[in-house]
Amino acid sequence: MKSIDIRKMIRANLRDYGMYIALVVIMGIFTVATNGLFLSSRNIANLLNQTGYIAVLAFGMTLIIVIRHIDLSVGFLAGFLGAVAAIALTAWHLPLIVVLPMTLAMGVVAGLITAYPVAKLGVPAFVASLAGWLIYRGAILLVTAQTGTIIIPDATFNAIGNGYIPDITQSQTFLPGIHKLTLLLGLFTIVWFIFKQLRTRASKIAYKFEVLALNLFVVKIVLMSLVIGFITWILAGYNGLSWTVVIVLVIAIVYDYVTQQTVLGRHIYAVGGNPEAAELSGISVRKITFTVFGSMGFLTALSGILFTSRLQSATPQAGQLFEMDAIAAAYIGGVSAAGGVGKITGSLIGALVYMSLMNGMNLLGTDISLQYVIRGAVLAAAVIFDVATRRGKK
Amino acid sequence: MDTAILQMKNISKSFPGVKALSDVNFSVQKGEIHCLVGENGAGKSTLMKVLSGVYPFGDYEGEILYDGKVQRFKDIADSERAGIAIIYQELALVPEMAVYENILLGHEIRKGLGIDWNKMIVRANELLAKVHLKTNPEMKVRDLGVGKQQLVEIAKALSRDVRLLILDEPTAALNEDDCDNLLDLIVGLKNSGVTCVLISHKLREVIRIADKVTVLRDGRTIVTLDASKGEVNENILIKHMVGREITNIYPERKRIEVGEIALETRHWGAIVAQSERHVLDDISIMARKGEIIGIAGLMGSGRTELARSIFGNPDGYRLSGELLVHGSPVNFTSPRQAIRAGIAYATEDRKGNGLILIQDIKANITLANLKAIARHGMAVDDNKEITAAEKYREMLNIKTPSVEQKVVNLSGGNQQKVSVAKWLFAGPDVLIFDEPTRGIDVGAKYEIYCIMNDLAAKGMCIVMISSELPEILGMSDRIYIVSSGKISGELSRAEATQEKIMQMATNY
Repeated sequence: MKSIDIRKMIRANLRDYGMYIALVVIMGIFTVATNGLFLSSRNIANLLNQTGYIAVLAFGMTLIIVIRHIDLSVGFLAGFLGAVAAIALTAWHLPLIVVLPMTLAMGVVAGLITAYPVAKLGVPAFVASLAGWLIYRGAILLVTAQTGTIIIPDATFNAIGNGYIPDITQSQTFLPGIHKLTLLLGLFTIVWFIFKQLRTRASKIAYKFEVLALNLFVVKIVLMSLVIGFITWILAGYNGLSWTVVIVLVIAIVYDYVTQQTVLGRHIYAVGGNPEAAELSGISVRKITFTVFGSMGFLTALSGILFTSRLQSATPQAGQLFEMDAIAAAYIGGVSAAGGVGKITGSLIGALVYMSLMNGMNLLGTDISLQYVIRGAVLAAAVIFDVATRRGKK
Repeated sequence: MDTAILQMKNISKSFPGVKALSDVNFSVQKGEIHCLVGENGAGKSTLMKVLSGVYPFGDYEGEILYDGKVQRFKDIADSERAGIAIIYQELALVPEMAVYENILLGHEIRKGLGIDWNKMIVRANELLAKVHLKTNPEMKVRDLGVGKQQLVEIAKALSRDVRLLILDEPTAALNEDDCDNLLDLIVGLKNSGVTCVLISHKLREVIRIADKVTVLRDGRTIVTLDASKGEVNENILIKHMVGREITNIYPERKRIEVGEIALETRHWGAIVAQSERHVLDDISIMARKGEIIGIAGLMGSGRTELARSIFGNPDGYRLSGELLVHGSPVNFTSPRQAIRAGIAYATEDRKGNGLILIQDIKANITLANLKAIARHGMAVDDNKEITAAEKYREMLNIKTPSVEQKVVNLSGGNQQKVSVAKWLFAGPDVLIFDEPTRGIDVGAKYEIYCIMNDLAAKGMCIVMISSELPEILGMSDRIYIVSSGKISGELSRAEATQEKIMQMATNY
């Protein structure tokens, strides 16, 4: 059995570890500064709900940047699609079961429309999506022109951004004040995680490949289990898992699987790494471009739904600067502008780092002007760290 | 003797895990042409990067004496100021700028706050005359051929009063004519007092122009040979480079039985849609199973265009004529379709459009046929991928600590092997090699040739495009010569000679 050199592994993954450490440090600072308020169950639940609509955008944006493009239109598109959903519910009186898939489908179509000039005509994505930015900005003003802010009375729709998963029992004697289903799900995740790790390790050993030394492997499992357990405990202390968190986690898992484990994912990274070589390897760069922009549109619609639902209303200002927040989260999460590098898990952490900053500074009552400066500084620091570690690897 | 312009003493340089140079001594006399040869990964480029300040003082051990003084170059600008210029194989010109702007880039002639464009052009013309390049200085560099771009690069170096000119594989991308011009120019420069260090894989040009040759192997100085003492010849050089005597540069090509026709074109033509320019015209060729077909021709004759037009036409030429694979007509609209039909194309430009440098070896090898290692054609099985990559690593003798090594960290020869492995993994019937041994060393070349022979013996149809005539002669069963987008001749192995091929290649 061959063991992986631990120092080599740390060096190779320095960028990833740096991101996790940054998250822990930022959370630690805010926890101390707010006398523990930041890490309270209630605030963490709030933070995660806030992160949701930026995180899903960041997933899509990461893949867009991986294939060397950018999409500036997603902010107002999210706002516009949220408004469309609101109008469909309130003015057209369509049932929610129709409105949700319709909104998501419109998102995909919008993404494909942005992709068309980029993939077929070679128009720079910056310009194509800037046009979209203007168009959707106009569109959102247009559809809200008569009504102004549209209040949504649909309780089910509003639960997407505000509600929590139901509990299995309302028992007040057994673990009072703790969300039992969340706890159970957390426990299940830990078991599943350990099972998965053991299975991967066994198959690696069967193939006689390098694996982590046993003691380190145990440390890794225990550490990860503790982290999952801790997060579960905090969430269970309030209302449990919110629907937003459930949706974001499902999307993250699906996207992570597709990008890291499937042929499609490999093709996306190949196109990002070297489009010409990818084309000559039988990969249609055009098809990948359409796919990635289509996925961005889908996630944009989802982001719009999450945000609109959270506010329980559609406003003419919805979606403003979301694209920049998503881009910032993706870069903090380690995506490379040169293309071909960047993970979904990274952008999830990136979104968390970014939103923790906002949330924490809001708790502290930091002046909004200073907040922007600090967010900018953190973004710069993340990218500088990124470039530095990348260069160090060569 | 104290006419040494440059002495590099006991130079050592390490990268994480690798000692690239150990105790290298390299000394160049004033006014000589000093060639630096060695296999890929021998340390030639690293040594030159130490000299030019790419690896600054403190990043290496040892001492650099230049002009009799100890030098501590912090960066390239530092070494340039001292009169050292390096010209890399990958040219450092701005394609969208005019020739004269490129030549004087960073050394513009000023007039007040602005630039004196007229003086710039006059000065550029003087420099162009020095390198014997007759071209309009206001032309964009993009519109020049590679050979002329190389000359522009040299003119740029001369604009800075260069006294030591280092050329890193300047002729790798040039055709015979441009090569000759360049070599003559280097000799001319020497006569006007410029000292030259030339890194090259082409031993014949080394033998032709070198006053001295230093051989590096595995990061060490092996020997410095003096041409005036008659020490420089091909056998001696190769012996020192590989540490063994290679009696045959080309493996013996056993005549094997050839099968049916695998690939055929009939009156094949290609036109650039925008400019109506004919890149290929009336090309009728065929290649059988088990055959190695050589495609010879000068740079720009349409060899690569021919390969790419067959391989799914990614450049979007307007095609005419017929393409047949295994006897049935096909009409590919993308490389993907060509690959599915069993055709593979290993490109001439490994780094540019062949490999994904930032990805690891295994991902590159499996890229063109991911379905083969995917469950249900969807999910990539990591373990199968490593197993497949390991198989080719062993089979092709790819030198790497692990298949998870990034391709960017490999030497040219090993990158080429990864490229070959990638296409073998796709399981083709027809494998088109475009310049299979460009920029790789003698030992790795021999290995690539052996692989080609093995594949042909197993019934694969091999088409090899090459600028190196000895390679064409040494490897091909049959040779087509391309000139100006047309087939200007076909020769069997028995009747082919370098002279005949050259004559046909230059026969417009």
